[in-house]
Amino acid sequence: MSTTEIRFSGFGGQGIIRCALITGKALSLYDNKFATMTQSFGPEARGSACSAQVVVSDERVLYPYITRPGVLMALSQEAYDKYWGELPDGGILITDEDLVKMGSDHPNLAVRRVPATRFAESLGNRLFTNLVALGFFTAVTGVATADAMKKALPGLVPGRFLKINIKAFEKGYEHGVQCMAGSAP
Amino acid sequence: MNDNTEIKNPLAGVLRTERMPHIWCPGCGIGSVVTCFAEATKRSNIDPDKLAVVSGIGCSGRMAGYVNFDSIHSTHGRAIPVATGLKLANPKLKVVVFSGDGDLTGIGGNHFIHAARRNMDLVVICVNNFTYGMTGGQVTPTTPSSANASTTPYGNYEYPFSLPFLADAAGATYVARWTSLHSRNITQSIEEALQRRGFSFIEVITPCTTLYLRRNRLGDGVDTLQYYQNNAVIKHGIDTRETAIGFQGQIVVGKFVDRPKPDYLESATRCNVKFIGDDYQLYGKTEPEKQAEEEAKKAASGGESAV
Amino acid sequence: MNIVTADPKGVDAGPHFMDGDHAIAEGALAAGCRFFAGYPITPSTETAERFAERAPEVGALFIQMEDEIASIAALIGGAWGGQKVMTVTSGPGFSLMMENIGLAVMTETPMVIANVQRGGPSTGLPTLTAQQDMLQVRFGSHGDYNIIALSPDSPQECFDLTIEAFNLSEFYRVPVFIMTDETVGHMHEKVVIPPADQIKVVERNLYKGPKEDFRPYGFDSQGGHPMTRAGDGYRFHITGLTHNERGYPVMTPEQNQIVLTHLIEKINGNADKIIRLEEDQVEGAEVVVLSYGITSRIAVRAVQEARKKGLKVGSLRLITVWPFCEQRIRDLSQKVKAIVVPEINYGQMVREVERSAAGRCQVVSVNHCGGAVHDPLVILKAIEEACR
Ligand SMILES: Cc1ncc(C[n+]2csc(CCOP(=O)(O)OP(=O)(O)O)c2C)c(N)n1
Ligand code: SF4
Ligand SMILES: [Mg+2]
Repeated sequence: MSTTEIRFSGFGGQGIIRCALITGKALSLYDNKFATMTQSFGPEARGSACSAQVVVSDERVLYPYITRPGVLMALSQEAYDKYWGELPDGGILITDEDLVKMGSDHPNLAVRRVPATRFAESLGNRLFTNLVALGFFTAVTGVATADAMKKALPGLVPGRFLKINIKAFEKGYEHGVQCMAGSAP
Repeated sequence: MNDNTEIKNPLAGVLRTERMPHIWCPGCGIGSVVTCFAEATKRSNIDPDKLAVVSGIGCSGRMAGYVNFDSIHSTHGRAIPVATGLKLANPKLKVVVFSGDGDLTGIGGNHFIHAARRNMDLVVICVNNFTYGMTGGQVTPTTPSSANASTTPYGNYEYPFSLPFLADAAGATYVARWTSLHSRNITQSIEEALQRRGFSFIEVITPCTTLYLRRNRLGDGVDTLQYYQNNAVIKHGIDTRETAIGFQGQIVVGKFVDRPKPDYLESATRCNVKFIGDDYQLYGKTEPEKQAEEEAKKAASGGESAV
Repeated sequence: MNIVTADPKGVDAGPHFMDGDHAIAEGALAAGCRFFAGYPITPSTETAERFAERAPEVGALFIQMEDEIASIAALIGGAWGGQKVMTVTSGPGFSLMMENIGLAVMTETPMVIANVQRGGPSTGLPTLTAQQDMLQVRFGSHGDYNIIALSPDSPQECFDLTIEAFNLSEFYRVPVFIMTDETVGHMHEKVVIPPADQIKVVERNLYKGPKEDFRPYGFDSQGGHPMTRAGDGYRFHITGLTHNERGYPVMTPEQNQIVLTHLIEKINGNADKIIRLEEDQVEGAEVVVLSYGITSRIAVRAVQEARKKGLKVGSLRLITVWPFCEQRIRDLSQKVKAIVVPEINYGQMVREVERSAAGRCQVVSVNHCGGAVHDPLVILKAIEEACR
């Protein structure tokens, strides 16, 4: 049985919860996996930090919360500072390269950086940052297929923005593919 | 039920005669309100199968057990929300709440103002005897200042509600007050309320002979009717702020408010039609029901439409 | 029992990725519930919001009442008005509902109440999980009575069990409770809503006989007694007072005996038909872990670890928490060394286990205050100790 625990984090309004919902939906409805998504509702959910978790497995997920994250996506400095320490050796750390200044090179982690906000701005709106990051996440982790992720979008992004969100996803995805091929600019 | 009682008793058909005698004390004012209610239901020509009565707990609350309509004797203070559920679940019903002053405005006060605010289509009749009758004569939110009650043994030092003012301020669209002496007016008000839509509130000041009158040395039921006779002043349409009642003081009676306004269900339906379109229907037919109907129609037209 | 297939209008068939709260609302709509009265409270509010959103297209009515007392009172009116009714709440609101839960029991009014449990007492932990109302649901209203309570362990089961709750409620004419928790309520998973023709729904058994024979109640310790609704001409009377089958007050000890026996025995006497359990490798086990709701998922993880270590451990999940599976525990207690009971409370259902086991085996409470699920290792440790 293979189980992966993923934490999406950032600040409120960045679409972090959405990222987790799209990923969970893609995995469980279109990728034939079991996925459980939870989010922090406690007092810690107030304020600027925001976090949502997806546990994905080939079998039924029993324990719904994060115990040993395999992937951390941190789209804000605060989120990075708060969560990077829980990644075990070999864990994947995804950050926005403009928003997050890393305190170290993290030689024991697989660090993957993407200019998600900048890409989103080039598409016309910062609001697409989460989709760029999600496309990138899909390419660099291989947890879900790009097809499933795109299929999961309707209903989770506003209908009139569906096309541009797909574009944002693809932009992030391509960057991720290049990055993995070692040819990212 | 045999026909003899029907001739003898004008209330037969409206009351569950098999449940008589009732529990109320001699001289108690509740009975007169019940008689007026019964008379009003007959005069209003309302389909008795579509009339339902809900009450809470108290001497007045026992009313639900004596009327020959669908009736719910609920919990203390909760008649209005129960009635709200009944009305909304079955909009064809006319739902009447019969309640005491403590029931309606003490423990149930919050429900009272909110049903008025929503202009819920209910007829709310309050028997205001200035006391918790059923539990032995304690002070209520309407007990006049300085009156004696078992829990204010040295006189009531709180300020009472004036119920017409409360109802009006909360949004009731029909507000009237009478004393149990005014049976014709009570009957007429209830009849009017049964025929309109929205939150209608009728307060009836009544004597609690056993407790309130005795404790305050106010004589018997006849003395009280004399007091009403001398002190009730009819002032239709008066500003409800002018309706406060002092101990053994003047009682302003009349129809104070009667204004049209869409009730809760009308407003809800209007909003949903805007959203769904003209074929919006609350509790519309179920799919199987619709199919059965269509098939029946087809069968009736000789199956020509089968092709 | 009048069993029909669901009205497609209320069935949003297909696979969804949704949380337990939303799944409860969808289950209610699929079961034919068309009346919802509620008051917002975390972590249950999403159910009310979902119902309110879906109500117009389904032709259902949603009303936000002034408080939880009013909400449950409205359900009693709504049910006797002819609708299938439900509400949802959490701790503080559940406490406010207690008096009229008693009225619903006494008047044999079908309704479904979901409690998405959070940590208490009082305002406690509004946003964090717990299983602390498991005894309140059974004993919280005054007087002697009985109810049915189900405990889903996933959003899918929130959907499935809400339908079952309505079906049981209609047949036994008793409030049926969905005792879930913040974790399951807020957790998103795949929920497959089957097409309407695959959903079995128990319709209300409405009396159709002659008026003079009409009785709103039948005190025979069984379910299935016909009900009526206002407006059908039967002129029913119902009261919270002790009453006869006609619904009229009869306030004597003898009548109280008749009514109570019926109210309690219609559930207890049919417990074997009502109770649903999920068992895994219980036969031959040395130790059995008994759990329910979210805790059962955590417990299974501990059980799997224990089995890896060669321990003979079974797991028993209560899908129906009330009535409690007394007989099953009595039998088990003669065969196993210990029953381990993890709960997110200071030991509630474990009392039932102890009572049923009556000293024939060890009963180990792995209790845990509200706010978080167990660490599976804590349960594992309890299993290991019990096996020793
Ligand atoms: C929750 C609750 N609290 C208290 C009572 C006791 N109780 C029964 S009737 C009543 C007062 C009724 O007074 P009112 O509504 O004025 O009716 P009346 O008897 O005067 O007609 C009280 C306090 C109760 N039944 N339920
Ligand atoms: S106690 Fe008072 S209110 Fe109650 S029945 Fe007697 S007179 Fe009427
Ligand atoms: Mg009174």
